[in-house]
Amino acid sequence: MQASDTRSSAPLLALAGLTKIFGTLKACDAISLEIAPGEIHALLGENGAGKSTLVKMLFGVLAPDAGQIVWKGEPVSINSPFAARHLGIGMVFQHFSLFEALTVAENIALSLDDSVPIGQIAERARALSEGYGLPLDPYALVADLSVGERQRIEIVRTLLQDPQLIILDEPTSVLTPQEADRLFETLEKLRSEGRSILYISHRLEEVRRICDRATVLRHGKVVGACDPRQETVASLARMMVGGDVADVTIGANAGDGRVLIETRRLSLPARTPFAVSLKDIDLTVHSGEVVAIAGVAGNGQSELFDALSGEVTTSRADAVRLAGQDVGRKGITERRLLGCGFVPEERHGHGAVSQMKLSDNMVLARHASDAKTFLGGGLGLLKRDAVWAATERVIKAMDVRKSGVDPHASALSGGNLQKFIMGRELDRNLSVLIVNQPTWGVDAGAASRIRQAIVDLAKSGAAVVVISQDLDEVFEIAHSIAVIHHGRLSASEPARTLTRERIGLLMGGAAPEADTVPEAAHAH
Amino acid sequence: MGFYEAVLISVMTAATPLVLAAIGELVVERSGVLNLGVEGMMIMGAVCAFAGAQISGSPFIGVLCGMIAGGAFSLLFGFLTLTLVANQVATGLALTILGLGLSGMIGESFIGLPGVRLPVLDIPFLSDIPVIGRIVFGQDLLFYASIGLVIGVAWFLFRTRAGLRLRAIGDNHGSAHALGVSVIRVRYLAVLFGGVCSGLAGAHLSLVYTPQWVENMSAGRGWIALALVVFASWRPLRLLAGAYLFGAVSIGGLHAQALGVGIPSQFVSMLPYLATIVVLVLISMDRRLTLINRPASLGQPFVPER
Repeated sequence: MQASDTRSSAPLLALAGLTKIFGTLKACDAISLEIAPGEIHALLGENGAGKSTLVKMLFGVLAPDAGQIVWKGEPVSINSPFAARHLGIGMVFQHFSLFEALTVAENIALSLDDSVPIGQIAERARALSEGYGLPLDPYALVADLSVGERQRIEIVRTLLQDPQLIILDEPTSVLTPQEADRLFETLEKLRSEGRSILYISHRLEEVRRICDRATVLRHGKVVGACDPRQETVASLARMMVGGDVADVTIGANAGDGRVLIETRRLSLPARTPFAVSLKDIDLTVHSGEVVAIAGVAGNGQSELFDALSGEVTTSRADAVRLAGQDVGRKGITERRLLGCGFVPEERHGHGAVSQMKLSDNMVLARHASDAKTFLGGGLGLLKRDAVWAATERVIKAMDVRKSGVDPHASALSGGNLQKFIMGRELDRNLSVLIVNQPTWGVDAGAASRIRQAIVDLAKSGAAVVVISQDLDEVFEIAHSIAVIHHGRLSASEPARTLTRERIGLLMGGAAPEADTVPEAAHAH
Repeated sequence: MGFYEAVLISVMTAATPLVLAAIGELVVERSGVLNLGVEGMMIMGAVCAFAGAQISGSPFIGVLCGMIAGGAFSLLFGFLTLTLVANQVATGLALTILGLGLSGMIGESFIGLPGVRLPVLDIPFLSDIPVIGRIVFGQDLLFYASIGLVIGVAWFLFRTRAGLRLRAIGDNHGSAHALGVSVIRVRYLAVLFGGVCSGLAGAHLSLVYTPQWVENMSAGRGWIALALVVFASWRPLRLLAGAYLFGAVSIGGLHAQALGVGIPSQFVSMLPYLATIVVLVLISMDRRLTLINRPASLGQPFVPER
């Protein structure tokens, strides 16, 4: 689309001075932007920049404290999602607002008004989803669907309301590269129908590829507007972060060749109907090596992490070997005592107890491994000074920003808490580190710090497994990469020779199945 | 009337209050609210139904009073848990304790009075069908209501848009709110429906099952109703089957004793509760059945952000 077209037509949506204040924090500070008909408009910004707050105001979930929303030339107040949909604004959420226990058709029915007969929704959904190249079975239970399929429901649900503006919140963060390509085709088709799209993302490559204009937010303010096709990824990143982001690179493997992490035909049955079972996972990680496990969310990543960390034990002791010992039947504490560290995906409630102070969280993780330092007096009483010294050391080493001396974990931002949790493990001279989604939802600065720490640990001779959905991260810090799909792990391949296309195929399950079938046939 | 006919009729009479209370609680739980005050609402329904019938002389006015009492009590629960966002488990337990105490106080002057029985309503022609005619079509109003409610609730939950919204709220109240469904209002209505049903169950106890007022006469049936909802994995028709199973267990024990099988009476009165425990253990073995049907936001408070 040419710039003159955009100017000649009146904006579909214009925001003027939109502000939202939470307590003392200005989540959105006088934001103004315009979206023209038939354009894909990117909203860029780090976590906490105010993107989600802005979008929630547009969709009637939050009420703005000041400012104006002008829709097709008329000032409007959007009091509810219902009102937003009535105007012609549709939204596809990042964390899907789907109902797992309901069918696809029922989920779609919930967002339609009463004029559509409930019996016809299934057929209309099927027709529409196929029309946009997003096939769906209307009678399937959402709980049984993949993340990509769930996103299709969200999109179809939005399209059934015939919106003029579609808001997409981080739509590709859960997709394989191939699924993302398919989504982009759908978006092109929507644009050609004259619909506008507000595209929220921090993936700069795809913003450059599909968006006509971009508005960049930082700390709740608009810091720039540009044509992303005229910018480079680096220039967009600078605008987003407000400075340069340090590049992390992994050097050659400097280890001594010992195998420190090994699983042998690790299998685990699914514990709940929504969980994934692990099937014959073979993984070997040497000293000094970082192996990344890529894959679409919900393919067995958390199950694999649980099996490696000892949250779930295996029936065979030799199914998991860490630091040279069979630990399959050992619990977390015993594995930690061998010099292993574990950082789970959920920071709150898993990696840290939100309502406890940082120093208490320090004790929770290291009460056994640091018993000599932390406990004393023969009765195992806490030595507060020693605990605090270690906490302070971690805070300094990882540059954890906090308010107050020893705040509750819940008072830290996601990125800072993650730095603390990582630092708590790294402070222990680990020989093995297992991390699940180390930088999920973490801003670019903190992410770069965390990745650097992982690389440094490997340089010191430790073996590291990084489970991650973020392909950029995977390529940045891994020596070799394996892909998990439906609870099966592909053989790990050197990161240097692996292409994104091949990873995408593996993530979609194309190659591993073909690999494992003959093996299974041999086994019987 | 033959022996088996009599047994079957007594099984149905024993099951009806369970069906009534449990179908109400099923709707409440489907909306994501856990109201443990069923026992309290039931006993309030029983005493108010008895009092209403005594004072007015009409058992139908009595039934109405029972419904109002159960409904009013449930609104108290709704106000505390939905508006003031109090803990649902603690509030429900308090409601039960309050109901047991309050009903004893209200009912003091009614102890020992002869009750007014709700008349049997024969359905013309159908009640003349041999064998099943009198069992199914020669019952009282509350029996018909219980069957009608189960069918009505099943239809409402799985065939109407309003029922779909209610299930959606129970599954994920945050998303339902984001879709513009008014979570609190729907939950209030569900809680009220549950209270009225519990009140009906109480009315059945004091106007049909044993037409008199005895303190504590609900005797744990509210808890059995709660267990029945889990037993039925939140599905109305399974709930009906479960209630009759429990009715059969309690009546079967009594008849076995009457027939001279050497079971101590204490054991007989234990049977329904034992059966509850056994059944709950069996049900929880099939995790998929429970997890798929269990409302995911059950018992969680909802505070809309705005």
